[in-house]
Amino acid sequence: MQLSTELFKPLEQKVVQTELVRPSTTYWQDAWRRLKQNPAAMVSLAVIILIVLLAIFGPMFSPYTYSEQDFSRRNQGPSAEHWFGTDGLGRDLFTRVLYGARISLSIGFVASLVTIFGMLYGGISGFAGGWLDNAMMRFVDIMYSIPFLLWVILMMVYLKEILPQNAGLISMYLALGLVYWLPMARIVRGQILSLKEQEFVLAAYTIGASKKRILMRHLIPNCMGPVIVTATLTIPQAIFTEAFLSFIGLGVSAPRASWGMLASDALVSLKSFPHLLFFPSAAICITLLAFNFLGDGLRDALDPKMRK
Amino acid sequence: MFNYLARRIFYAFVALLVVVTVTFLFMHIIPGGPFQREKALPEAVKANIEARYNLDEPLYRQYLDYLGHLAKGDLGPSYKYRGRTVNDIIDERFPVSMQLGGVAIAIALLIGVPAGILAALKQNKIPDYSVMFFSTIGIAMPSFVIGTILMYFLAYRWGLLPAAMWGTPRQVIMPAIALAGAPTAFIARLTRSSMLDVLGQDYMKTAVAKGLPQTRVLWLHGVKNAIIPVVTYMGPLLAQILTGSFIVENIFAVPGLGKHFVTSIYNRDYTVILGVTVFYCVFLILANLLVDLAYPLLDPRIKLGGRKELV
Repeated sequence: MQLSTELFKPLEQKVVQTELVRPSTTYWQDAWRRLKQNPAAMVSLAVIILIVLLAIFGPMFSPYTYSEQDFSRRNQGPSAEHWFGTDGLGRDLFTRVLYGARISLSIGFVASLVTIFGMLYGGISGFAGGWLDNAMMRFVDIMYSIPFLLWVILMMVYLKEILPQNAGLISMYLALGLVYWLPMARIVRGQILSLKEQEFVLAAYTIGASKKRILMRHLIPNCMGPVIVTATLTIPQAIFTEAFLSFIGLGVSAPRASWGMLASDALVSLKSFPHLLFFPSAAICITLLAFNFLGDGLRDALDPKMRK
Repeated sequence: MFNYLARRIFYAFVALLVVVTVTFLFMHIIPGGPFQREKALPEAVKANIEARYNLDEPLYRQYLDYLGHLAKGDLGPSYKYRGRTVNDIIDERFPVSMQLGGVAIAIALLIGVPAGILAALKQNKIPDYSVMFFSTIGIAMPSFVIGTILMYFLAYRWGLLPAAMWGTPRQVIMPAIALAGAPTAFIARLTRSSMLDVLGQDYMKTAVAKGLPQTRVLWLHGVKNAIIPVVTYMGPLLAQILTGSFIVENIFAVPGLGKHFVTSIYNRDYTVILGVTVFYCVFLILANLLVDLAYPLLDPRIKLGGRKELV
């Protein structure tokens, strides 16, 4: 019998996939994927990026400055030269609204920065437990017992007196910094309280990780979802507070322009020149709306329970 | 229960003391003092004024003095309006703010709660979408934007309502709506989500299964449970109405306490700023205490003392 070597060739191996494997995605990729499916949040994100770009670069391309007065062109309606018209002193409203965007966004930025302090405060409080936690949280409770706005107003009244005239913006940062870390401290503490009982923390202890390392490397990174949502939702609150204070005359000083101040100035001539009110108000509303939508979208996206 | 009450009142006192102290310090360590701004006064006159308002004593004496008077409910004199005390001002102005705030709270509850219930019952249908749409806009619109838009259209363009001042019911409408805008939106969202939560509960199915009439299921089993988060929101709502009055009363020239508070900030009338702040804090802290105590009456599942926060 003739046996050909052909017969002894190994069969071509078929790789049979027994289980379906989907590419592993990290928590953040997953969250981003979910965020992308939320049209309101994505539009808001685009609007926010646009506002940020306009605030940074807009004034550079504008032929006018925020304080330049032109008495021959007072209270004009929107036109090709002055897109949003001019105010009672002949200043270009578009440039002033853009300048106001800088102030509002910087306020929002500072407020979201101080939440980092709140994160550490809440982290330490929740992690330490016992009397330290009790003392730290009682302090937060006391601050919470009167409205933030009242704290900020008191602080502004004081700072406006001790700081030089043009330091309105600095006082605003300080006054907002006083209170805007508080919500974050509460939220992070709550998260840490439940996280610190979990097995991975025990595992970290058994291999000899220091307390500081456990807090900074294991606990806080695991709170990042709620932290980001809270920070995002702090921004519109701070922007609102700034507009509120500027509206009652406690904000930045003239000739600088913030949205609240522009709206407040427009009130005097509201009957004849409503456009002066319309544009800054629209700017405030659009910005607040965008940040709120983005915050809501992030909350949905960062919650692992929403995973489909 | 008694223990809890005692602890709550103790913390309320501590919070109040901290607020009084901080506010007192802020208002008294401002360099120059309240009378420095006016034209340079002769030394003797200045000394006289300072003696009149106890400003020549050391700070700690002034502070203890203030606390002593405060315990008797005396908030001291106004720096700006000679012969008037902070108590006079509050007595005169606060009822106006109360009326306005009361109407605003009524609007917020009477529109917000039914809108939220409607949205939950018609989830993902047109009523739901429209309630959510308006409530989202309502939350993003500061009271001064709502107020000025109302004023422009209702008063200037269409001449339907008086633009400002106070006294007739028609003058309450616009400021009350401006004040109620954001809270209404928030209450509608709150009611919607809590109603959705309740609708999914097993006891709702049980109630339907045992053949209760639909309205009874909806109101006694549904709405009554869904309303509880709205009650807890009453504290923050009061705070929001109160701070909102600073702006709204200014726009519509309502002679309330909020407007006067802002005026005293312009005037550097420090005793009034201090006194009104203290008054607001007592008011809010008491209101929060009452809300927390009323809470278990609505929901027997809640036991007092279970919540640790002091808010």
